[in-house]
Amino acid sequence: MRPLRVLLSVVLAFACLTIAPAWAVNPDERLSDPGLEQRARMLSKELRCMVCQNESIDDSNADLAHDLRVIVRQRLTAGDTDQQVLAYMRARYGDFVLLNPPVDSTTWVLWFGPFAVLIFSGATIGLVTRFRRAPATVAPLSEEEALQLQTLLKSEPDPS
Amino acid sequence: MIIEAGHFALVLALMVAIIQVVIPLWGASTGRRPLMEVAQPAAVLQFVLVAISFAALLNAYITSDFSVLTVAENSHSTKPMMYKISGLWGNHEGSMLLWVLILTIYGAAVAVFGSGLPPAFRARVLAVHAMIAVGFILFILLTSNPFLRISPAPPDGQGMNPVLQDPGLAFHPPFLYLGYVGFSMAFSFAVAALLEGRVDPAWARWVRPWTLLAWCSLTAGICLGSFWAYYELGWGGWWAWDPVENASFMPWLSGTALLHSAIVVEKRDTLKSWTIFLALLTFALSLVGTFLVRSGVLTSVHAFASDPERGAFILLLLGIMIGGSLVLYAIRAPILQPTGQFAPVSREGALVLNNLLLATATVTVFLGTLYPLFLDAINGPKVSVGAPYYMATFVPLMVPLLVAMAAGPLLTWKRGDLLGVTARLRVIFGVSLAVMVGTSFVTAGKFALAPIGIGLAAWVFLGTMQDLAGRVHLFKGSFSDTLRRLGALPRASWGMTIAHAGVAVALAGMTVSTGWSAEGIQVMKPGEQVVVAGDIWHFDSTAPVSGSNWSGMQAQFSVSDGGGHPFTVLTPSRRTYSLQQMTLAKVAIHTNNLANWYVVVGDPQPQGGWIVRIYWHPLAPWIWYGVLIMAAGGAVSLSDRRLRIGAPVRRPAVAAGNTHAAA
Repeated sequence: MRPLRVLLSVVLAFACLTIAPAWAVNPDERLSDPGLEQRARMLSKELRCMVCQNESIDDSNADLAHDLRVIVRQRLTAGDTDQQVLAYMRARYGDFVLLNPPVDSTTWVLWFGPFAVLIFSGATIGLVTRFRRAPATVAPLSEEEALQLQTLLKSEPDPS
Repeated sequence: MIIEAGHFALVLALMVAIIQVVIPLWGASTGRRPLMEVAQPAAVLQFVLVAISFAALLNAYITSDFSVLTVAENSHSTKPMMYKISGLWGNHEGSMLLWVLILTIYGAAVAVFGSGLPPAFRARVLAVHAMIAVGFILFILLTSNPFLRISPAPPDGQGMNPVLQDPGLAFHPPFLYLGYVGFSMAFSFAVAALLEGRVDPAWARWVRPWTLLAWCSLTAGICLGSFWAYYELGWGGWWAWDPVENASFMPWLSGTALLHSAIVVEKRDTLKSWTIFLALLTFALSLVGTFLVRSGVLTSVHAFASDPERGAFILLLLGIMIGGSLVLYAIRAPILQPTGQFAPVSREGALVLNNLLLATATVTVFLGTLYPLFLDAINGPKVSVGAPYYMATFVPLMVPLLVAMAAGPLLTWKRGDLLGVTARLRVIFGVSLAVMVGTSFVTAGKFALAPIGIGLAAWVFLGTMQDLAGRVHLFKGSFSDTLRRLGALPRASWGMTIAHAGVAVALAGMTVSTGWSAEGIQVMKPGEQVVVAGDIWHFDSTAPVSGSNWSGMQAQFSVSDGGGHPFTVLTPSRRTYSLQQMTLAKVAIHTNNLANWYVVVGDPQPQGGWIVRIYWHPLAPWIWYGVLIMAAGGAVSLSDRRLRIGAPVRRPAVAAGNTHAAA
């Protein structure tokens, strides 16, 4: 099983990490219409290069990312809206291609978890502070502590 | 022979660690001082043994001893010396040894400098600390041994990934680990306090320097990592929300929350059980971070699960440390009663809000990083979580945090005067609002986050300065009085002011560089020129260059401003590492501290010329300056005299044994 892991890491490393330093978008991919090209760049940032570790196709220099960037531009040239392009990519490659995961029952925890935590913790803090309004009883000093207090009070005041 | 000695020293260190767990704990629970005192020499000895072990491995890397498996796999005789050394921690086995070395450095530091701690408490802290060491040394010896030999020894090593052969990355892991592992101190102090059943302001003071030290190192480590990604990977970005980055960001977020909540424990003797929980959580996240990066789980969940030895050990270790401490917490936390009362609007209240938002932000990053792995592990759908998710969840959480950041320090402890603070802040509120409105006119709705980001940066910076001005009675008393107060201001106050100002600086850098950067991507031949953001980039020439383990070409670009005055010459290069048959594009950057001029040369084109990518990143340097200022603020706070001088002396009830835990 170990070789499989090694192989995977090597493949990934060569697919992305080592080539990424070159960069992503190539001059020959770009559209002449600056408005469309701008949209293509924005969309590229939301699509994942599937052979890379968490890189968008805008950042990745893998061949797959190049192909996907070309497809995005073809769809835009054909007159698709941004949403249609994303839907097209999702239909072809699955949810995995979207860096902005769709909200459905499998991702509820992901999307609503943070806000549930915020509301739950906020409510807990609110309740706890309400109940704590009554002055808490301060634990009485132990004999040793009382003795220590006496010596402290008698001694010179601490300059710090 | 040296390698075997190193191996043996590590085994001895394990034995010492086991003794350091058992004897001091026994002594502390039976009140026998000599047994407790075993902890300090044991901690120092453990450090010495691990240092010997580390030195033995380092020697193998420096002398390129390829009969050692990890050296053969990760080093090469032609590598520059710096990368031979950094090769030690550039792989799983070696990095684990570095982790343990830093762990024992912290343990020995507590043994040496912790003379102000009550003996029983110190014994417990060091015993808990040694438990972590036992787990990790066992992990190294049983599953990730860097001292294994290979026979016959290969004539030369396999080398290191050229991307990692960079000064930024050479020093990034040690800083990061100083941070990760530093939080083990907070963990040990927290567990020891739970064992005693007592947390008080003295505890918060003892734990503060260690937490601060860890936080500063982690901040510096993240800064280095981010800067490395910026100039080495050549993509012009500085943060990708990559799981590896998030792994270090999670403990940073919860560590930041811990620093703030520990202040409340120290000053007001409340929020105790929450602070203990944060201390446990922060170290747990450090452990998760270490393993996320090192175990290969990010590459593929299933590949990780199919390597049963390491995977199972990691899960067991995480389970025992995190689970065990949480069980202890559940049993003991109810004992920790707060004594300090406070109104919702008060300094404490503001710090609670800080903690609420930082903790939620931590949860957000945690979910974004691990939920896809979780779905994958249960054979659910494969989803990707990228920057858009964090923009929608994490960023909104930061807005109220930054708003509260300017007001919080102005509130008084116990019961704050919101109206008074609002009145004091009205001028800077007006200024920040004006900045925000002005920015939105400039951007004209193109980049919606820019006005918010810049307005908040102004708000945080001005609010911090106003707080400082208020503390020194600027314009209220005489000038000499202000100077006197400035001199008398505690270092901790300076630390806060500096760190908060750093947040504002970094935020301004992030916002402006994201909103106003310009780029030019084109095929260029020597002699051609292109205009990017008003500057003229002239491609002068190319020349061959070479290093000890690479050869390649270097391009030269002259950059002039719009008026035709040249202001810099940049020399990006392309390096081919013959061993790996890999070509790297080396970025060239010119900075004037207000903007970066960034150029990288890509593949040669069949029709001649190279793809050249040029960026102009206004205010980008401020991102890293801001983060470094934050770390510097932490360091200034760390030098506060109340942390240095033996001030933290606790009432002797605990020192004498521990009546509370027994009660």
